[in-house]
Amino acid sequence: MLRVIFTLGSVLMLIAELPIQSAFAETPIEVLATFKVEAAGTPGFQEFSATRGENFFKTKHNHNLSCSTCHTDNPAAQGKHSETDKIIKPLAPAANEERFTDMKKVAKWFKRNCNDVLDRECTAQEKGDVITYLLTIHK
Amino acid sequence: MLFHIKNFTRNVAVALAMSATLSVAQADDHDGQKRTADNARWKSECSACHVAYPPGMLPAESWRAIMSGLDKHFGSDASLDAASASEITAFLEKNASAKKYNASGKPLLRITETRSFKSEHSEVSTSVWKNPKVKSPANCGACHTKAESGDFNEDDVKIPK
Ligand code: HEC
Ligand code: HEC
Ligand code: HEC
Repeated sequence: MLRVIFTLGSVLMLIAELPIQSAFAETPIEVLATFKVEAAGTPGFQEFSATRGENFFKTKHNHNLSCSTCHTDNPAAQGKHSETDKIIKPLAPAANEERFTDMKKVAKWFKRNCNDVLDRECTAQEKGDVITYLLTIHK
Repeated sequence: MLFHIKNFTRNVAVALAMSATLSVAQADDHDGQKRTADNARWKSECSACHVAYPPGMLPAESWRAIMSGLDKHFGSDASLDAASASEITAFLEKNASAKKYNASGKPLLRITETRSFKSEHSEVSTSVWKNPKVKSPANCGACHTKAESGDFNEDDVKIPK
């Protein structure tokens, strides 16, 4: 009897853990599509551009900071937090499959990092350009 | 039939309770005794930019002040959604230091400004603090090789050269 219960328990635990381990909440393409819908509704929208995204990413905006200050000029490489030296995993999905797979996390960090670098939130156009750029990067 | 379902439900409940007990015991084994307090949300949110500073190193009033100013957090925007912020605040308060570091005035926001920190580090020389590999006293991991796991034992200190 006890063995049955244990087996049952393990099977149930396996079933319960499966969805958490396998699928991510979103794919980078889906995240990008969400920003596309948002950006398309704003005046002056242009198709997302990897070149514009790269420029935005590497340009120093306020406080002598750019996105590449922490994420480096090569988003497929490991980055480093400019204040704390803490290692940051690569930002390009090709080098880190967890990137852009959780809309809540993406939104949280765009808000924080854009505030640090530009003293404002990024527009949907800017976010879409950046993700488009990051998706062109190979390992 | 009804009886079977009831019985099944009870067995499942028992089985789940048993597996839960098992995994708790395992977690204890892995952790050792180093980190006394833990909370998954605190761990993931507060270790994104630096080591998760142990809650016992500041009093509750300091944590409350830190948690209510996350949008302007030591020059960075570390803002959180309300649900995460209140869960983490509760965790920090519950495990905070009972010591009062500042008898009057504003609560201290930095562990590195507490009297305990200063006395524990009184023998660290100025040249060590100025080493670019240390960068900031708040960069605990530069010297405490196990800081990531909440372990600040003096036996695991290695000053960078
Ligand atoms: C001061 C350092 C710093 C700067 C500057 C910075 N970031 Fe970040 N960024 C981080 C940290 C830390 C994380 C979270 C740690 C992690 O997820 O590895 C992060 C995570 C992100 C994420 C989360 C992606 C995901 O799905 O996991 C995005 C998007 C992002 N940054 C975009 C940007 C953009 C765009 C800029 C420029 C406007 C920028 N960052 C500038 C430190 C920085
Ligand atoms: C977006 C990045 C970021 C996140 C997220 C973050 N912090 Fe910080 N934190 C910093 C920076 C930058 C400093 C200043 C480090 C320095 O002075 O070297 C800092 C410093 C601190 C200090 C003072 C350290 C000292 O003694 O000097 C405490 C305490 C602290 N953070 C607590 C927290 C808590 C609690 C959380 C989670 C709710 C958190 N931090 C999340 C960026 C962050
Ligand atoms: C520049 C290197 C350095 C940095 C950075 C540093 N420490 Fe230390 N720490 C030391 C040294 C050296 C000692 C003393 C070891 C001894 O007494 O032999 C020490 C001792 C301690 C002790 C007492 C340990 C014991 O076993 O008595 C604690 C607690 C501690 N540090 C916490 C921290 C925290 C928290 C941070 C980050 C906010 C930090 N330290 C940053 C070097 C450092």
